[in-house]
This record gives sequence, C-alpha cells and structure tokens, in this order.
Amino acid sequence: MTKELFIQGNEACARGAIEAGCRFFGGYPITPSTEIAEYLSIALPKVSGSFIQMEDEISAIGSVIGASWSGVKSMTATSGPGFSLMQENVGFAMMSETPLVIVDVQRGSPSTGQPTMAGQGDVMQVRWGSHGDYEPIAISPSSVQEFFDFTVRGFNLSEKYRVPVVILADEVIGHMRERILLPDKIETFKRVQPNEDPKDFLPFKNVENGTNPMPAFGDGYNIHVTGLTHNELGYPTTINPKVHSNLVKRLVNKILKNREDIVSCDFKYCDDADVVLIGYGAPVRSIMETVKIGRSNGLKIGYLKINTTWPFPEDEIAKLAKNVDDLMVVEMNLGQMVHELERVARGDANVHLFSEIGGTLPKPKDILNRILDLI
Amino acid sequence: MMDENNKNTKSSFITHEEKNPYIKYFRKDRLPTIFCSGCGIGIAINSFLKGFESSELDFNNLSLVSGIGCSSRIPGYINCDSLHTSHGRALSFGTGLKIANPDLDVVVFTGDGDAAAIGGNHLIHAARRNINLTVICINNNIYGMTGGQVSPTSPEGSLATTAPYGSIDTPFDLVDLVAAAGATFVGRWTTAHPLQLSKSIKNGLLNDGFSFIEIVSQCPTYYGRKNNLKTPVSMIKMFKENSINKRRADTLSDEELSAKIIVGEFVDKKREEFSEKIENLSYRESGKDTIRKSAYVV
Repeated sequence: MTKELFIQGNEACARGAIEAGCRFFGGYPITPSTEIAEYLSIALPKVSGSFIQMEDEISAIGSVIGASWSGVKSMTATSGPGFSLMQENVGFAMMSETPLVIVDVQRGSPSTGQPTMAGQGDVMQVRWGSHGDYEPIAISPSSVQEFFDFTVRGFNLSEKYRVPVVILADEVIGHMRERILLPDKIETFKRVQPNEDPKDFLPFKNVENGTNPMPAFGDGYNIHVTGLTHNELGYPTTINPKVHSNLVKRLVNKILKNREDIVSCDFKYCDDADVVLIGYGAPVRSIMETVKIGRSNGLKIGYLKINTTWPFPEDEIAKLAKNVDDLMVVEMNLGQMVHELERVARGDANVHLFSEIGGTLPKPKDILNRILDLI
Repeated sequence: MMDENNKNTKSSFITHEEKNPYIKYFRKDRLPTIFCSGCGIGIAINSFLKGFESSELDFNNLSLVSGIGCSSRIPGYINCDSLHTSHGRALSFGTGLKIANPDLDVVVFTGDGDAAAIGGNHLIHAARRNINLTVICINNNIYGMTGGQVSPTSPEGSLATTAPYGSIDTPFDLVDLVAAAGATFVGRWTTAHPLQLSKSIKNGLLNDGFSFIEIVSQCPTYYGRKNNLKTPVSMIKMFKENSINKRRADTLSDEELSAKIIVGEFVDKKREEFSEKIENLSYRESGKDTIRKSAYVV
C-alpha cells in the first residue's frame, strides 16, 4: 500500500537513501544539510547499516569511498563549504570509478555566506570543482517528493555507471515540509560483480560501454585502486600518453554516450510559447507559479524544468532554442547555468538571466515583470 | 650428470624466491619498484611481511591502504586488495573500508609528511576512535617523492630544499602524539632493528584496536645527501648508534636523550574497538551484525 507522509525535505532524502540500499553514511555536520545525518544516525543501525561522524568533510568522503570498496552503497551530505573541501576526493572517486552519493544542500555563498538561507552557487562547482576532465552527474529536486525520488535515482545511476552522483538540492527543498507518497515498490540497481576468474579479470578494461563490473575488497580479485593514471590492470602507468588518454576518454564517454539514459527534463506549455522559463531546484516552484499566472492572463509562456543539471540537457535545449524566441533562466546566483544555456542556444534564441541572490526564492511577480519587458 | 661448471653457471642466477622468501606476496609483474637504491622501504616491506607471516593472519583477508609519498607506493607492489588514495587521507578511506566490512584486516602504509602534516587530523582521530587499523609509518624526516623538502619530523637544524639554512621548525614526536590521542598499540624502531620491528608489527597486527608502528628510515637520496650522511650504511649506523631502548630511556634525563631515537614498544593496552561498537549498535537495533557487501543484493 502506498504510504503518505508529511515530512521535511532532508528527511525525505534520508528515507530515499535507505530505500535505495544505502548502508553507510560518513559525514560532518553542516547547515542546512545536518538533518540528513541526524536521521540516518537513527535509521542506519536499524537496517544493519553503519553511521559515522568524521572529523571533517575531507575524511567524510574518504570514508564513503572506502566503504563503497567494501561493497556497501554509501553516501555523505553537506553544503557548499563542505563540498569545497571534498573536491579532491570527488576527483579520486571519478578516477577510481567509485559509486557513491553526495547530497549538497546549497546555501547562500561564497564562503560561510548564509548558512540558513537558500542559494544555487554550487552548479559550476559540481561541474568543474575538482581538477581535470570528468563528467559529473547531478540531479536537482524541486520538491520534497523529488528529494526522495531523486536520491533513489542518484544511487541507481552511481551504481550503474560507477561514478559519484551529486544530489544538488538547496536550503528551500531541504527544510520545507510537504506531503509525499512512498511508492509500494522501489526499483534499485544492484552493483554488478565480475564473473571472470580473478586471474583473467581486468578491473579497468577499456570496454565499449565504459563501465566495468566492480569487485569488493576481500572478494579475492586482489585489485589495485589508485588515483594515478592506471592501465587496465589498475597499475600506475603515468608517462604513457596513450594509457592516460584512453582512460580519461573512457571515463568521460561512459557518461556522454549514455546521455539519453541519464538526462531528464520536463517541458510544459512550450509548443506555442514566446518565452520559455528554465530552472532547476527550488526556483522551479516560482517558475511554475509564474507560468500559471501568465497563462491565465493570456501570456504565451512555458517552462523547462531541468532535473539533471549535469550532464546538461544540450540536445533538448538546442531543439527548444530553434522554436522559441526568448529563453530565460531563473537561478539563485549571479548567473551560472545561463552560460551553458548561451553556449547551447548558439544564437538561435535570445538568452536572458533572472537572477536572485540573498537567500529567498524569486517572486513570480518579479519574473512576470521581466517577461513583460521582453514582449 | 651435471659438471662443476654448469652448476656454477646455474647458481649465479639467483631467482627472486631464493633472494627473498617474501617475494611470493608481491605483484611480480610490477617489479622492479620505483624506490631508490639504499632506501629504507625495502627493509620496511620485508619486516612487515615477516611480521605478517608470524601473526598467522590470512593473507587473502588483507587490504592495504595508503596516501601519497614514497611509502604510500608500497601497497601497489603487494598482491592483495590495495587502495592508493589522496595525500594524507588514507586513514579516512581505511576507516570506511574497515567499518563497512570489519572482517577485513586493514593495514595503512604512510610516511611522516602524509601522516603527520597533511593527514595529522585523521591520525589523531583514528587513534582516538581506537579503530582496528595497523598503521606503518615510515619516517625518513623528509619529503622524498617531491625532492627533499622539510617535513614535520625533520630535526631542528637539518637541511632540506625548503630549509636551506637549516630547519627552524620543531619536529613532532609521532609516538607521543598517537599515544596521547589514544592509540592502543604504539611502537618505534629504525631500519637498523629489523627483527624487533617485525615483532612489533606482529604485535600491532594482533592488537584489536588502533596500532601505530613508526619506522625511522633512511632516505640517502635526499636526507642523507643534504645532511652529510653520504651512504645508506652510514645512515643505518647512525640509527644504531643514536637509538636507545625505551626501558633505558626512562631512566635518563631529557638532556641525555637529546638527539637520541627512543625505540621500543610504548603502548600496549586494551580498550573497546570502534568497528565493534558499530557492530554492537547494529545488533542492538536490528538484531543482526552490520550487513556485508549489501550493494550486490539491495
């Protein structure tokens, strides 16, 4: 039977993690994400899982990577300052192909910023925060229900593609309370074990689809896992240009070649629209209200809700740009995703930015006034 | 029937196995190692494997974890599961590995820079928790991998590429540090004490808690060359002459002990181990031990 709950976003995220199979949490307290750690500190021992509060965010993600190699689905939760501290090991997880989930409940930034207020300053940190070439997966919930659903999806994608996945939430979604429905059955993706004999197994093989099965430590595969450039056996091979290029291209392509499976966005009222609003996370709520008011007043406006901030829905937006005159991204920073939009629209549509910083959601009437200036 | 000459020719090719009884534990396809000739890491690896054998733990159950630096390259040469992580963070990766599967025997290889500078915070917290990790810290008093910079254990006055006028910094005593933080087994030897060292490694492996074994080791390439200790042999001689056993050191004044290396076993006590506490909590709340390798079933 479907269960109905009235809960906080952070709790929905923690419940989603348990349903997705998360059995290890390593974290460090930080507003506005702390309720995720608090909930899991209660829930994990009840499902034979482990919870640890580490000494900082660097060790938090370190413990999560270690736990994942022990064969347990693992996660951490943080906010901007903590996510900054994790960046080096995000790159390690990318390079070592370690599945894990990082929840980033964004707050006003930069620096310590506004701990209890909302922001979306980490969009580009997710994309480029660690050094080098990599393709992140990030999912942005815009409701408490989605914080639950997207956390489950985040675990599934991280296991399927063996990458760290970021649930890019914000303070509004983390702290608001809404009614959610817990589905009867939750689809989970089980980690794939190798079936080769250990002596024939190449743990980092240059396979066509990019993703190899993953043994756990103690399984007898005696694998070497390193952040150094490594060959198919996993051995450091740092001065062979071909080995480096093959490895990094495989890691990038395993995401890019599977865009269709990963990318998710929703179009509404776009077919006849003069202006399409684009958003992700909490501002989607302002956008939906704006479109409702606008349509009831005869304005031809629609919206595009981006669920996967990364990989960016390039094809979908390029197509949209050909059919609409004006695109307006609504985001809670001074303009981050707008640059991606400009790149992808390639002059086919005018790209505008509605920016709101300070910690509160953009107001529909302000967005409407900007639209009226345009048309 | 073999003639005398033939025999001689044969014995002049000594196999790896004949040279080193522990070669069976190596990833032979990765040899030779990257270590400089005369480096103390060879003695450290052999002493570790000797201690490991005498502990009678199961090699198939061993996981090695390391950070960045010369000593952190050791796990890559040993044929068991090995995790070569980011600089200073090996203990946090090891903590997750151990908690998520307490059945594994987890050993962390680290150095003075990796453990005490960039990783100092994780070192004291892992000791505080008394999590069952065995840490082998190869202390050569210098950053070898990056070419000879001053480290948090470099003696005051010693020369390094970033201490061209002699170090003006005060070094850490790693044994005092981890003992104060709560480690339940602490030992220190030098590469001039391979037998005592392997015995302490065995004791550390068998301790159900956080064990820390410091190996004072020679880096002839950088520390020796900069500090007028021209050969590996002269460095090992210096260790031998300057080291003093803990039991004797306890009777001497600070002045008499200056510039001495105090060796021996410093802590060996019992305290509840951390991953066991997590197991107990799981048992209390779910009626079961923590779940193993659940990613493949849930």
